[in-house]
Amino acid sequence: MTDILRIAFLPLTDVAVLAVAKERGFAEEEGLTLDLIRSTSWATLRDRLVYGQVQAAHMLAPLAVAVTLGLSQQPAALAAPYKLNVNGNMLVMACDFAAALDPDHARRLADPLGTAHDFAAAIGLWRRKPVIGVVHRFSSHAIMLRYWLASAGVDPDRDVVLRVLPPSLTVEAMRAGEIDGFIAGEPWGSAAVEAGLAETAAIGERIWQRGVEKVLAFREAWLEDNPALVDRLLRALIRAASWCDDPAHHGELSHLLSDPRYVDQPADLIARALTGRMVVRAGQAPIVNPDYLLFGREATPFPWRSQALWIYSQLVRWNMIDHSPDHIARAGAVFRPDVFRRALTGTQVPMPGASMKVEGALGLPLAVGSRGGAGITLGPDRFFDGRIFDPERINEFLNGFHPTR
Amino acid sequence: MRIVIIDDSGLRATVLEEGLRDAGYDDIQIVSPRGAFVARLERMAPDVVLMDLGNPSRDTLEEMLTVSRALARPIAMFVDQSDDAMIGAAIDAGISAYVVDGLRKERVKPVLELAVRRFNAFAQMQAELEEARTALSDRKIIDRAKSILMNQRSLSEQEAYALLRSSAMNQGKRIVDVAQALITASDLLGGV
Repeated sequence: MTDILRIAFLPLTDVAVLAVAKERGFAEEEGLTLDLIRSTSWATLRDRLVYGQVQAAHMLAPLAVAVTLGLSQQPAALAAPYKLNVNGNMLVMACDFAAALDPDHARRLADPLGTAHDFAAAIGLWRRKPVIGVVHRFSSHAIMLRYWLASAGVDPDRDVVLRVLPPSLTVEAMRAGEIDGFIAGEPWGSAAVEAGLAETAAIGERIWQRGVEKVLAFREAWLEDNPALVDRLLRALIRAASWCDDPAHHGELSHLLSDPRYVDQPADLIARALTGRMVVRAGQAPIVNPDYLLFGREATPFPWRSQALWIYSQLVRWNMIDHSPDHIARAGAVFRPDVFRRALTGTQVPMPGASMKVEGALGLPLAVGSRGGAGITLGPDRFFDGRIFDPERINEFLNGFHPTR
Repeated sequence: MRIVIIDDSGLRATVLEEGLRDAGYDDIQIVSPRGAFVARLERMAPDVVLMDLGNPSRDTLEEMLTVSRALARPIAMFVDQSDDAMIGAAIDAGISAYVVDGLRKERVKPVLELAVRRFNAFAQMQAELEEARTALSDRKIIDRAKSILMNQRSLSEQEAYALLRSSAMNQGKRIVDVAQALITASDLLGGV
């Protein structure tokens, strides 16, 4: 007798851990059957979760914060005890536009600050105010793009047009000339590159080396009422995440995800993000980014409260919400390291002792203490502009942005 | 009350529009979620927007509802957030509704109920159509298998069918599966 959990997802490479938990027996080992519900918009995924048609969802981390703060239709307290991945986004721009960026592609990706300035200079020369597709107002993609543009003095609300469209429509919109570029999760950027419509302008991992991306979100009330189910699911996912990180499985994983039930795109495009071999322009050799997309290593799934607060700081920065102690408390409470610990204590999973950390301070991998079991090595997590986010000093961090905005 | 239906399945939109017109609503527009549909929608200044939940352009629409200055009043999803049964029925039927703030819920509720019924009726119709298509193709397969048996074993049509049916019963399979296996085998052996 197994318990059935319904989980909504969008067709993206970073649904990997959920797909593998279901298809490779990790859920079954915990007595769970996962019923994965494919959705085509974040709005529908959100509604399915908020109105109880599913128990959990593969959700944009900022959307989970926004729904909790009442910024996206029906307010609902959401809880994210597990991060499904970090990194995995890519900004692509029409080839004509990208001609204004560094022609040395490796350098273009390695130097986001220089590229942001090249980008800023290209805006005035483009035939219209550049229209850049983002997958949602409350996406890590939109937030990262805003952060990156602003570093070069570009006001994302004034100097460019950010157009919301779902990942699956991005390539079609490029082809129709409705947008001049877009930032999305894979494989959609690679699909546009492969179609000869665009070049890579920047990759998320070079903007924030360990950028929070998708979380597993629940309704808070359901999470509190079903601790045993939640714990079993998290144990299944953490094993699936290690499986996904293993390079020996990347071929099999890209074939699994290419199935019409999941991403429904060619396996070789999906493999790019998994292996970190990103092609900047169709037909050229890939540039290797080993940390393009992380699932399990470096305690990736651990929901650091400081990351929820970083998201909050960006919502405040772009005037999407008022800065208040109540909002800080509610935003921070969306990430649930306590549930993560409860579910995984006693397993081999390395467990950070703290629930918050200073974000952006690590330039090199750092071994840190862990409660029980093996130690953890945290990966470098710097922001490309060198800023540091101390969750205890949000005001100071926000004040630092005022000159550019 | 102006109702806009955003849908790229012409048939479903028509089914919904007819239902609304029959119920006395006469200010109805249908918009296809393509290209600059958001700008067209803004010009229409709708009171109620109905959209298929499966439509990938919902995020685009919601962004417009968030940032638009053209709409004097904000639009919120669903009529009455406390009516869980209604919202559940709408989501099950695959429909989302956006309603101008301030519109009385007793005015909007019948629209949503009607939309749910029509969406369900349309889904049922699609399912029946699909069933009819399958039935038709099943019959063709069985007919071909019968004619193979009639030719190869000099049976009458009735005898051929009886043979297929008894084989299916003996093997615990559907007649159409046995018929398909026979056709495949016959093709492999050089055909009729």
